[in-house]
Amino acid sequence: MTAPNHNWRKFKNAFMQALTFVCAILVVTPLILVFYHVIREGFSSLNWAFFTQLPPGPGEAGGGMANAIVGTLVLLVMAPLLGVPVGVLGGVFLSEFGGTKLNWWIRFAADVLNGVPSITWGVVVYGLMVMPMHGASTLAGGVVLGLMMIPLVMRTTEEVLQLVPGGYREAALALGIAKWRTIVQIVIRTALKGIVTGVLLALARIAGETAPLLFTTGNLGWAHKLTEPIAAMPLLIYNEATGPYDNWHRQAWAGAFVLLMLVLAINIGVRFFTRDRFRSKI
Amino acid sequence: MPEPANQLPNPAPKPQLAGATALTVRNLSVYFGKNTAVKNVSLDIAAKAVTAIIGPSGCGKSTFLRAINRMHELNPEARMEGEIKLFGDDIYSRNVESVTVRRRVGMVFQKSNPFPTMSITENVTVGLRLNGVRDKRILAERTEQSLRMAALWDEVKDRLNAPAISLSGGQQQRLCIARALAVQPEVLLMDEPASALDPLATQKIEDLILQLKKDYTIVIVTHNMQQAARISDFTAFLYLGELVEFDVTAKIFTNPAQKRTEDYVTGRFG
Amino acid sequence: MENHFEIGLGELRQKLLTMASYAETAVNQAVQAFMQRDHDLALRVKADDDVIDKFEIEIDELAIQLLTKAPLASNLRLVTVAMKVSQNLERIGDEATKIAKRARDLTQEPPVKINLDLPRMAGLALVMVKDALDSFVQRDSAAARAIIPRDKEVDALNKEMHQQLAQHMMTNPDTIARCLNWIVATKSLERIADHAKNIAEEVVYLCEAQDIRHTVGKSQPAPPAV
Repeated sequence: MTAPNHNWRKFKNAFMQALTFVCAILVVTPLILVFYHVIREGFSSLNWAFFTQLPPGPGEAGGGMANAIVGTLVLLVMAPLLGVPVGVLGGVFLSEFGGTKLNWWIRFAADVLNGVPSITWGVVVYGLMVMPMHGASTLAGGVVLGLMMIPLVMRTTEEVLQLVPGGYREAALALGIAKWRTIVQIVIRTALKGIVTGVLLALARIAGETAPLLFTTGNLGWAHKLTEPIAAMPLLIYNEATGPYDNWHRQAWAGAFVLLMLVLAINIGVRFFTRDRFRSKI
Repeated sequence: MPEPANQLPNPAPKPQLAGATALTVRNLSVYFGKNTAVKNVSLDIAAKAVTAIIGPSGCGKSTFLRAINRMHELNPEARMEGEIKLFGDDIYSRNVESVTVRRRVGMVFQKSNPFPTMSITENVTVGLRLNGVRDKRILAERTEQSLRMAALWDEVKDRLNAPAISLSGGQQQRLCIARALAVQPEVLLMDEPASALDPLATQKIEDLILQLKKDYTIVIVTHNMQQAARISDFTAFLYLGELVEFDVTAKIFTNPAQKRTEDYVTGRFG
Repeated sequence: MENHFEIGLGELRQKLLTMASYAETAVNQAVQAFMQRDHDLALRVKADDDVIDKFEIEIDELAIQLLTKAPLASNLRLVTVAMKVSQNLERIGDEATKIAKRARDLTQEPPVKINLDLPRMAGLALVMVKDALDSFVQRDSAAARAIIPRDKEVDALNKEMHQQLAQHMMTNPDTIARCLNWIVATKSLERIADHAKNIAEEVVYLCEAQDIRHTVGKSQPAPPAV
């Protein structure tokens, strides 16, 4: 071990450390830029009216996104009603039951569906629901977002359940606890944080989906029934941003800001929920 | 039940059991797919005594143990032949569920596995609660009783609601023992319960087993022969799935009848 | 590949055999010094007893060390038997020393005119010792059992010799002091035969795991253990 060799290795170490640091900064930079821009443009356009009034018509001043905000929230409640039970139970099946061949096909299907472009989902639900019902509806919007959640939630649930050590299952079964009880009370309970994380992240993902909603819902007013179309923020932002009016552009920035804050809030919620109340490791 | 054509006569003399017999095992064979893990084993396990199962790794000791509480069934490729009777009841009979068997035959594993989301009390009572017991008084009584039996009460009585994983390794294992005892099994199976513990914790577990045997039938798999010599009353030597010798512990370790046993016990192989 | 334990056991066996050969030599030389009135030889035997004593200590130390490794079954019996055998060999050495001391004392005085076949008795005892050690090496339980009744022969010889010496002392009172030395010598030989019998009993324990000490009718092997 001669001195020059030692110095070369020290240099290599330092270089790699600096390089990886720079790359990390590069990754975070776009995020910071987006935040900065949206906050700067959007925040200034926020006012109380934004949250209480309907979108402005062509050339009008003021207005807001009240219906779209409510609409997005409604959709974010409806989608999990379909996505969570099917996704979680599907994940439970993949992890805890089933022969290997069938599981392989289901996993493959889920992975393919995860990669399907969101606009395709929109077209499919358009054909399945919007056409027979002769019109867009809140229901269709909820269904398409729910369908998109399913493969996501299913895969994350399965992975998280697989991380639960087999020893816990064995211990529970050896106590004479029935298999289903074991799965619910022991396995799922142990993996609960992970499952909730998966669900919340799926929610954050679909909160901003625009394309599927193009085909299934979209309204400039209020919806009074599930069979009426409902407004949604991504759609409204798209319409207003691509329109010719400055006021609309300002509204779009404000909408983008609110949407961003919503996604941020969900992520912070995930962090808070998965904090270690017991300061120890599994 | 017809004798299988290839049954070998048991070459070793059986010890005379002074007390009752807890488990009678007859012609037990366990297969995983094409592998035979346990070959035609027959023996009687005495009640309120410790029976040790020794043998080299991979010779079927754990599989044999798991057949006693039907845990081998967790492996979809597992298949068994033969008969096991628990105090006269056929545990493999068609109308007996594995859940019922496991409430009468408890198990403690090599790696302690207290449920991480539960406190100490919750862990002890989980077998009761998840089988429908709701009465808080019974649960509290059983908690104290089981923790006392597992020699853990004094160490944890002031922090029963602390998370189970805050305990040390040896304490966690004793907690698992308490958890198994809480459902009041008749037989306790232990699969190398001390092999992951330091010598002091091992000592405590061994003392505990000697205490427990006054009330429970215990079957323990161990690769530590001196441990078997220290705590067991009867010892069975399994090699490549076959029962080579089964006798009073003192005899197995001072003057075994079978040469294979002698060779294993004196360290000439395995 | 031999493990450390096997090596330790081998060392134990080796030490025992070496100690045994020293003990046998001591008895031979003591008897020779006694019969041939060899003063210097007698003193040598007495001095060489230290070697035998040292062996006993070494063997016991080695045995204790092996016990910490928690031997089982035949290994366990071998270690405990080794300790007992070394103790018996050490006593044989002590008896040889006693004979040598009597020999030394007798050389200071004129010989007694008595016709006692001490060498024959010594021969019987020595053969018993040699056979016991052989049965230990060969792990021959039957050969060990065969040694045990021969002790009676030596006992009978001892009794006969004592009677003869008692006769002689009564008719020749001036030989009493010297005859007493002879009595001690024969007693020592009888004790040596006893120790050889003890060693044989230990060999039976080692081979059969049967403890046949203090039992009557030892010539037949015991029925198989239940």
